[in-house]
Amino acid sequence: MLKQTPLFDLHLESGAKMVPFAGYQMPVHYTQGIIHEHLHCRSHAGFFDISHMGQCLIRGDSAASELEQLTPSDITGLEPGQQKYTVLTNSNGGIIDDIIVTRNASGLMIIVNAACKDKDFAHLKSHLSDRCHFEDLPDHALFALQGPAAAMIMQKFSPETADLSFMQSCEADISGIKCNISRSGYTGEDGFEISVANHYADQLARLLLAEDEVEPIGLGARDTLRLEAGLCLYGHELTEAITPVEAGLQWVFKKGHSKFPGAHRILDQLQHGAERIRTGLVVDSKIPVREGSVIINNEAMPIGHVTSGSFSPSLGRPIAMALLDRSSASPGNILYAKVREREIAVAVSKLPFIPHHHYRLKKS
Amino acid sequence: MSDLPENLKYTKTHEWAQLEDDNIVRVGITDFAQEELGDLVYIELPELGRKVQAGEQCAVVESVKTASDLFSPAAGEIVAVNVALVDEPEQINKDAYHTWLFCIRADAVADLDQLMDAPDYAQMIEH
Repeated sequence: MLKQTPLFDLHLESGAKMVPFAGYQMPVHYTQGIIHEHLHCRSHAGFFDISHMGQCLIRGDSAASELEQLTPSDITGLEPGQQKYTVLTNSNGGIIDDIIVTRNASGLMIIVNAACKDKDFAHLKSHLSDRCHFEDLPDHALFALQGPAAAMIMQKFSPETADLSFMQSCEADISGIKCNISRSGYTGEDGFEISVANHYADQLARLLLAEDEVEPIGLGARDTLRLEAGLCLYGHELTEAITPVEAGLQWVFKKGHSKFPGAHRILDQLQHGAERIRTGLVVDSKIPVREGSVIINNEAMPIGHVTSGSFSPSLGRPIAMALLDRSSASPGNILYAKVREREIAVAVSKLPFIPHHHYRLKKS
Repeated sequence: MSDLPENLKYTKTHEWAQLEDDNIVRVGITDFAQEELGDLVYIELPELGRKVQAGEQCAVVESVKTASDLFSPAAGEIVAVNVALVDEPEQINKDAYHTWLFCIRADAVADLDQLMDAPDYAQMIEH
């Protein structure tokens, strides 16, 4: 039986095409389609229901130091209101999930991928000591408001959000509804993620969607937006068999931190380089190069595979991300993707494909 | 689904087929198919002169999300392809029943008797 988010009725009212995703019925797109939604989010503002994602809270004095031992990142150094993107690693150095950790007044709030919710929560509970209190938050919905108009809209409802820098969060009150707002998202645009009690979810969503600049965006455009932004998607660029170094997530590491699962292998790769790494690919034709497509070099040697591939609405051409042998992964290198018995020329590209527009307050 | 053109035949794989003079069968995809696929971004058409069997895979339509094979509704020879679609695949999203992909000269128009009429296809996609 598929679950529904608190916005299920609103999605249907908005003309959503619903599909099963990670155990939920979710909107893949609305009436105008993925390309329209994608471009609208890049030029105005998009509203995303991401309530299928898992939210939990870890409390206790040792919460940060214990969580830090499950990730390669600096969790103990998180200031109140600060967020961190990181990964939970397994003992082989693979990735259990990519998560967002926020230090707020009540503890460490963690957002995990919908499909990984059960295994993540079990992993956390089995590794955290009884000095930590673990609380699942299934009664909370999660939205994202993304795009160049997001800040202006958010400030209207919650003036305090004007002072948020990328990856900072605050508690706020929107028309009397208490929520947690962070300046974050997964599109490459400036924007916010809003956690709110299920009971008020529909009311808050309608408030935001009533704004002229805002249109609802489905999972389809969420995927093309994050792909253009060069961001990893669990199950594609990130799996239990891919390390954070291979995925190009070195930037989440805390210097000198070596007490996390799989550290031996991961730190060795960090020092000597991984044999394969994540890269971008731009396709020199209109033919989409999809996930699973084998990449060969000009000697017809297989050197990797595509992890995500789609059409880029912003660039008007197909783009992809791939895991490739490091020796072949230099930007500009011409390789070939196998698509239906054909070999399609692709060029290794730097990521992201579209520059990020995250908002960072200038420190005075 | 009452707006299915009555003059067309329909396949289980969501192609429509229209019989014209000289055993020519014009082929496209149904509105249901374009709706399911979403925004189309790439079309791979069959080569002119190619001989195909009924039910043989002979073209590909790709949307943002996925690639989908097209199958010939009849045995015969590909005698025309709609090259304009290569640059404007979104035409199919706009008007699926007036946007054809290719034409076959059917070896036997009786092949089309195997296909569904509008009411049967309507029933199939409702289930």
